[in-house]
Amino acid sequence: MALRFELVTPAKLVRSEDVHMVVVPGAEGEFGVLEGHAPFMSTIRDGAVQVYKTAGSAPEEIMIQGGFAEVGDSGLTVLAEHVSE
Amino acid sequence: MASLKELKGRITSVKSTQKITKAKQMVAAAKLRKAQARAEAARPYAERLAAVMASLATKVSGDNAPRLLAGTGSNQRHLLVVVNTDKGLCGGLNSIIVRAASAKARELTAEGKDVEFYLVGRKGRAPLKRNFPNDIGTQFDTSQVRDPGFEEAEQIANEVIGMFENGRFDVAHLVYPIFQSALVQDPTVQQIVPVPAPANAGEGSVNSGAVVEYEPSEEEILEELLPRFIKTQVFGALLEIAASEQGASMTAMDNATRNAGDLIDKLTIQYNRSRQAAITTELIEIIAGAEAL
Repeated sequence: MALRFELVTPAKLVRSEDVHMVVVPGAEGEFGVLEGHAPFMSTIRDGAVQVYKTAGSAPEEIMIQGGFAEVGDSGLTVLAEHVSE
Repeated sequence: MASLKELKGRITSVKSTQKITKAKQMVAAAKLRKAQARAEAARPYAERLAAVMASLATKVSGDNAPRLLAGTGSNQRHLLVVVNTDKGLCGGLNSIIVRAASAKARELTAEGKDVEFYLVGRKGRAPLKRNFPNDIGTQFDTSQVRDPGFEEAEQIANEVIGMFENGRFDVAHLVYPIFQSALVQDPTVQQIVPVPAPANAGEGSVNSGAVVEYEPSEEEILEELLPRFIKTQVFGALLEIAASEQGASMTAMDNATRNAGDLIDKLTIQYNRSRQAAITTELIEIIAGAEAL
């Protein structure tokens, strides 16, 4: 059970890895994405993306600004303009 | 015929010129590699954004499409965003960009449209101002920044979008070189506002056939996405100009180094010839003097 997670900025591909779950700060509320999520697209408000590597682990937070998230067959792709770790 | 001392001086000066051009060539080669890596790194973002744009743009069309996609309904006033370099020593790069921009401007003027320029980079200003003294609008300065990056692209795009929303122009084109290789940079004119309908419409990255949920609505997402798309286009142009500048500079400096080498060879031969001539004359004088005794 792994979710393909990609975090991309204009300057580079920040993350491309398999994770358990990612919580994304969507424009209309946070949403968690697990593997097998239905196709979904949302804009993002500035905030932290929480990445859970495994089921019980503490989340890793990545601050992002301006962007949107897309969930498809290939996993979750977050496009952000600015990223600070 | 130049004296021996003069020749020697000229040889030294050409040699030091050659050293400079050679150093500049090596610097450009190193920077080119970096610029290419940066252009490479920007590709995933641009590709994904274009794919999402394509799938969204087909869904949202007609009357409720945002103005950045649909346009103002007229195409009378055109804005040419011309991206040039800040520094020289890069061969004919800036002049081919200026030529492409001027050609586009003349074509538009011939059709009776109004043209305004938005200049990025220092080198294009003078020639364009000479050709179109009344049409130069804003100039964006990138000379203070070492590597123009996304932040500059953001500023440029925001300014252009602001001008569009204030009704300053109807259509905007971006003029920049596409980096093919160190030898070839193709000047390109690309429409950025209104955003042209994506070519690969319908085959986005989103699951084929599956129902995609949007949050908020498609229109709102598209509205957010369009400015971002324009920013990415401008950013791409900045990366291309950076790579092109270094590539063109490398080629130009390679040529200059080779020319300096040829010149040094020629001058050295001339120097040796006149030295030998001087020695021969001296010998003849000594022999003639001895014989006279």
